[in-house]
Amino acid sequence: MKLLIFRITFLLILISPVSAKFSGSFVSQSDTVIQDTAAFVSPYEEDNQRCFKCHGQSKYSYTNESLGHEIKALMFYERIVRKEEFYKSNHKSFSCTDCHSTEYATFPHPGELRMEAKLNCIDCHGGDETYHFDAITEEYEQSIHFKLEEDGFSCYGCHDPHTYRISKRTKENIKETIAYDNAICLNCHSDYNHFQLLTDREEINVIRSHEWLPNQSAHWANVRCIECHTQINENIPVAHLIKPKKEAVKRCNECHSQNSMLMASLYKFESKEQRRDGFFNGIILNQSYVIGANRNEYLNILSLLIFGGALLVIGIHIFFRIRKENNKYN
Amino acid sequence: MYLYPKWIRLWHVLNAILFIILIITGLSMQYTGKKDYVLVVGFEESVRWHNISAIILTVNYIFFVAGNIITRNGRYYNIKRDNFFSDLFKQLRFYSWGMFQGENHPFPVTMERKFNPLQKISYVLTMYLALPLVIISGIGLLFPELVVDGFMGISGMLLTDLLHITMGFFLSLFMIIHIYTCTLGKKPGSLFRGMITGYHATEDHYDLEDH
Repeated sequence: MKLLIFRITFLLILISPVSAKFSGSFVSQSDTVIQDTAAFVSPYEEDNQRCFKCHGQSKYSYTNESLGHEIKALMFYERIVRKEEFYKSNHKSFSCTDCHSTEYATFPHPGELRMEAKLNCIDCHGGDETYHFDAITEEYEQSIHFKLEEDGFSCYGCHDPHTYRISKRTKENIKETIAYDNAICLNCHSDYNHFQLLTDREEINVIRSHEWLPNQSAHWANVRCIECHTQINENIPVAHLIKPKKEAVKRCNECHSQNSMLMASLYKFESKEQRRDGFFNGIILNQSYVIGANRNEYLNILSLLIFGGALLVIGIHIFFRIRKENNKYN
Repeated sequence: MYLYPKWIRLWHVLNAILFIILIITGLSMQYTGKKDYVLVVGFEESVRWHNISAIILTVNYIFFVAGNIITRNGRYYNIKRDNFFSDLFKQLRFYSWGMFQGENHPFPVTMERKFNPLQKISYVLTMYLALPLVIISGIGLLFPELVVDGFMGISGMLLTDLLHITMGFFLSLFMIIHIYTCTLGKKPGSLFRGMITGYHATEDHYDLEDH
């Protein structure tokens, strides 16, 4: 009877995780978002506030002196800069007029300002030795995105200078970095309103086009789009040569192998930590686990020894059986 | 003696085929190189076949457990505490010494005792410990969102996978030893034949003189 109860309990335990999957009650993964708690006070806050008053949100108002009353209007979304995001960005210590003409201080803004040449990233960052902007520019000019320049694409398409935060990969923040970086791609590639501004192509569906990828959501939470869609470059921190769709990495073992490609891309920042506790590509283990890339040296040896030992015992046993057999006839 | 009913034989042959597919594809995933495939199948194909076979194996396992609950087959797996180690030693001694001396089998197969003590403990560990662990950890790997993020600072996926490959390894080891010990019947092929026909060739004692 006891055994029967044990067997029934056992069967139920076996079935339970499967049913839990369908009831959704077993999910424990949590996405943590790092909050920027340090309040930044800009030396130009007062100056900038004059701009944010209208450009900081989707509605603005002004007094029309000719009509003699207040007018409320909607701000064109491309001209909106959220103040809180700006003050968290890499350019937070800037005054608006560091990059934009001081003549914007007058309202209504003079019409000819629209004709003014805009600054490019390289205008300030040229010659930089930390992030290698010149090499990045060279890569970008060979990428598939560069072809869209004549339709209005630029560095700012992905890196809005008003809000962009560099997401330096560390052991602790790798998942946040992945989510932040992927959001940049998905901003156009999963939002047709943005996508159609630069192309005449029909709406794309990244979920459907990546259906071949097993455990799609796990891949998307643990690697960046650029892992498979860019050409690896050893000399710059983040590869910018986006390859055409048909050249994207599709072979599983590019990453799922001992010399995993991820070590030259996502985990490049600490690829020196190649092995840890006998695990190949140990750094990946901080946040993830990649089948095929994280095999363990010690376990490999141990398993071979045990397996070899078992075969040896079998071999000896066979030997004695044959000897016994032969003795019978002699 | 009709020892292996049809359902057991069906379950067993399916289990055997799935084991072989799962071992080959599992090794392919674990040891695939970047440019060359180590074993006969590549990573992508291995993932597909491993997943399909694993799902069938799980269903087949539930069939096995249910079959043991419903029929009287489950009684063969009851381990008695009395003389546990001495019986185990007797069986080990027979395999390593007695059988070469023409000694009688210490635990001959009867309708009431299908397994010798060594078989019993290894089958129970395999079927009621290693296999469920490999299935549960496999479900975790198939649906990573089910797996806890981490345990004591170690990635949950790593622990799940280590459990999976360790159990997979022991099951592979079991299979090799199981196949070999199955040549220790009345004749080297008689136990295999029994698993196909259902009839166990009775043996009064292990006697190499017979063939």
